[in-house]
Amino acid sequence: MKTANKTVTATRLVQDALDKAHEFEDYNIFTFLDEKGALEKAAEIDAKIAAGEKVGRLAGVPFAIKDNFLAPFGDTTASAHILQGFPSPITATAVAKLEAEGAIPIGRTNLDAFAHGSSTENSYFGPTLNSHDRERVAGGSSGGSAVAVALNIVEFATGTDTGGSIRQPASFNGVYGLKPTYGCISRYGVVAMASSTDCIGFFTKTPDDMDLLMEIASGKDSKDLTTLDDYYNNNKIANVNKIGVIKDFDNDSVDPEIREALKNKCEALKSKGYEIVELEMPALKYALAAYYIIVPAEIASNLSRYDGVRYGFRSENSKGLNELYANTRDEGFMPENKRRIMIGNFVLSSGFYDAYFLKAAKVRTLIIKEYAAAFLKCDFILTPVAPNPAFKLGEKVNDPVAMYLEDMMSVSLNLAGVPGLAIPAGETKNGLPIGLQLVGPRRSDKALIEFSKVLEEA
Amino acid sequence: MKYYPTIGIECHVQLCTKTKLFSEVDNDARGKEPNSCVSPVDYALPGMLPRLNGEAVRMCILAGRAMNCEINQFSRFDRKHYFYPDSPKGYQITQFYQPIIGSGYVELPSGNKVRINHAHLEGDAGKLTHFDTYSLVDLNRVDTPLIEIVSEPDIHSSKDAHDYCKELWRLMCFAGVTYGDLYNGNMRFDVNVSLAPEGSDELGTRAEVKNLNSFRSVERAVEYEISRQSKILDKGGRVIQETLGWNDATGVTTGQRSKEEAKDYRYMPEPDLPPIHLTDEFIASESAKLPMMPADYREKFGGVIKEDILEILLDYPALMQKLNEIDNKHVVLISNLFASVLLAEEKSAEYLNDLPTAAQLADLAEMNEKKELSSTATKEVFLKMFDPQMKGKEAKTIAKELGVVQENDLGALEAIVDTVLAKPETQKAQEDFRNGEEKVIGFLVGQVMKESHGKANPSSVQEILRKKLAH
Repeated sequence: MKTANKTVTATRLVQDALDKAHEFEDYNIFTFLDEKGALEKAAEIDAKIAAGEKVGRLAGVPFAIKDNFLAPFGDTTASAHILQGFPSPITATAVAKLEAEGAIPIGRTNLDAFAHGSSTENSYFGPTLNSHDRERVAGGSSGGSAVAVALNIVEFATGTDTGGSIRQPASFNGVYGLKPTYGCISRYGVVAMASSTDCIGFFTKTPDDMDLLMEIASGKDSKDLTTLDDYYNNNKIANVNKIGVIKDFDNDSVDPEIREALKNKCEALKSKGYEIVELEMPALKYALAAYYIIVPAEIASNLSRYDGVRYGFRSENSKGLNELYANTRDEGFMPENKRRIMIGNFVLSSGFYDAYFLKAAKVRTLIIKEYAAAFLKCDFILTPVAPNPAFKLGEKVNDPVAMYLEDMMSVSLNLAGVPGLAIPAGETKNGLPIGLQLVGPRRSDKALIEFSKVLEEA
Repeated sequence: MKYYPTIGIECHVQLCTKTKLFSEVDNDARGKEPNSCVSPVDYALPGMLPRLNGEAVRMCILAGRAMNCEINQFSRFDRKHYFYPDSPKGYQITQFYQPIIGSGYVELPSGNKVRINHAHLEGDAGKLTHFDTYSLVDLNRVDTPLIEIVSEPDIHSSKDAHDYCKELWRLMCFAGVTYGDLYNGNMRFDVNVSLAPEGSDELGTRAEVKNLNSFRSVERAVEYEISRQSKILDKGGRVIQETLGWNDATGVTTGQRSKEEAKDYRYMPEPDLPPIHLTDEFIASESAKLPMMPADYREKFGGVIKEDILEILLDYPALMQKLNEIDNKHVVLISNLFASVLLAEEKSAEYLNDLPTAAQLADLAEMNEKKELSSTATKEVFLKMFDPQMKGKEAKTIAKELGVVQENDLGALEAIVDTVLAKPETQKAQEDFRNGEEKVIGFLVGQVMKESHGKANPSSVQEILRKKLAH
């Protein structure tokens, strides 16, 4: 990616990004543009460059943050009404690490409120439009970030992936999107969706950019006890020779053009000497069901703090405490938020915990074991990201189950904690991007990124 | 009918860690402004994650060992959900399924044993103050580390309930895991009381009296419940399983909420905190740091210090620790000074934090034993050791500055006695004494004391006088 220097200044890079953001305003990508702040930061970098001082590896590179990252510019809203008027006093660890290398956040991007959704249509600020077809969805939940990178507004953008929220919008917009190994990047300062599956990741235009961002952002953080120690190291790519494909994912529910794209990649890999291994992973068909029990449970719990008492939106004219809670949460949450809160509280309630939550936790253990077994047979797995390319705006909004099915091939990675990289793999006849997902064992992120270059050429 | 009471007690102990259970802010909010000891984590801003305080884990090991409990190598946290403004996260982080402290027992001074079921580590809630049309929220107390100690229903009298709570308090204070300030809620007791007809194997329905904060109120609440439930049962009625509050002024328990519509806390494993794994070595090395417990002191000083004085002093870990540093031959004197002089002082609570050194006290005891100090002077010098002006000075220096060192040099004393006996105003008394009037000896001793400016040892003076007047 282009960093600032004496001739191409940070101010110029940032101004260009801001101009483009305005040019694409009708895509509804940003919930907040920090024009003044970004230009001030750019001027500081330029002054350092002019003075011959050392600047970071991302000096002057404009980027966008998904609006569920806390940072002290604009309100951190998570595209939810209930967080409106919440100026964060804190900077998320991931954002702080990027800024420390000279990257400049120009604004906050749109998402499904609290990252609940697969289309960015559940945003309080309305949907973001697809970069390739304005009648179609951006994907979600990190729709704004994906489109911001796809339309070349910024070099990269942050996202969060709890069940596919980076990979699916990346595939809908033809960019790279990484959901790293669980615990790779600190979750400190990122609005929680489901703590045990939330991952912080990025959208980029190249694998090399992804590698650099991972080097910078990953690592142990004393503020997040689930972060991993120093794991982003050089796994040797030379060892890769077997690529797995999951038999169960090759069926009629997947768009024929996507199946075709996967087949073509496999053929190309074979011709390069790689072995294609067919995998049976029978537990994966329960992944979506288990996911939509465990994740709503954690969502219901994590959203309990939004009660109108301390910050954000508070409903006026409530009589008494219970009414204050009820009205604030009724008016402040989107319908999808409420649906998940209700499912979550249901599966945790006494009498149902064992039947739902505990059972789902057992399925999760099976899935973890199934991935471990699969990676004894192959080095990486290649699958579609989603069963279809970007769908029409409004097409699935009133059918929550159809929307949940968008995640059928992505959620198992989050349950297992393994990394997945969405890579562009051509377009449909109608010009919609197709994405494939490269899956690796835990802590194989670097090798995964490296290997995606082989796929790019294949 | 006669009923047999069965009592189980849950006790919350606030741990005196430097920082809170899940954040780096000051855990000691005593005397501080409301909401001044609150971090973004305690305040439950979005995106905040709990960090476990290692000191709290170490204190759990000490507290557990103080109650003869097993320490579990593996424990983990759960979320307990409820909506109330004292709970910013909307849930309390606690240990519902796998607590850190396993089973054990507490031995009461009477010798009765109360088994401990388990004790778990959790965060405290904030505090609400209600007014007519509004309520104020103070989050200073949020996520102060608590251990909740759950006893087995092994208690069968109000006295044992009282003694159990007091012994727990002593154990926690001696283990050094709490400030133990009951008035400020550092320890709070929930008491479950049920009655069954004497001889019956089945337990009756229990009622729970919540949030008692003194041993006396525990005792009174149990007595009240026994009598209240007896009356209901005598009339053929049924005790309702419910949660009661205690009014210390009226001495009556009142219903708060019925447990029949039991709350559903929707427990869930805490995904933001990895489980705690403790190695055997770590548990052993931390357990070794447990200081002497009341039972150890009873064994050590039992035959030396009188039981009633020992039981008084056992309320003050600092005093017992000090006594433990002092040579056994001085222990009786020093323990008496602690019990009858120090604890009688208005500022005794303050003094306890800053006791004289063992060496200072040993010197004091020796001066007393050598009769260089009268018992009055000993008390006087002892108290001066707490005087900011005198603090840290040796007993001898203080005694000299006060001018209370007794003259024990027999030669010098004899000279003073001779001077007094030579004085015309003592002649009549000398004659009277020789004629058998015993009581005038007091007058003569007084005269010698006066001559010595109070420094003579009165018993030595009397001895010399008697010797001289016998001739």
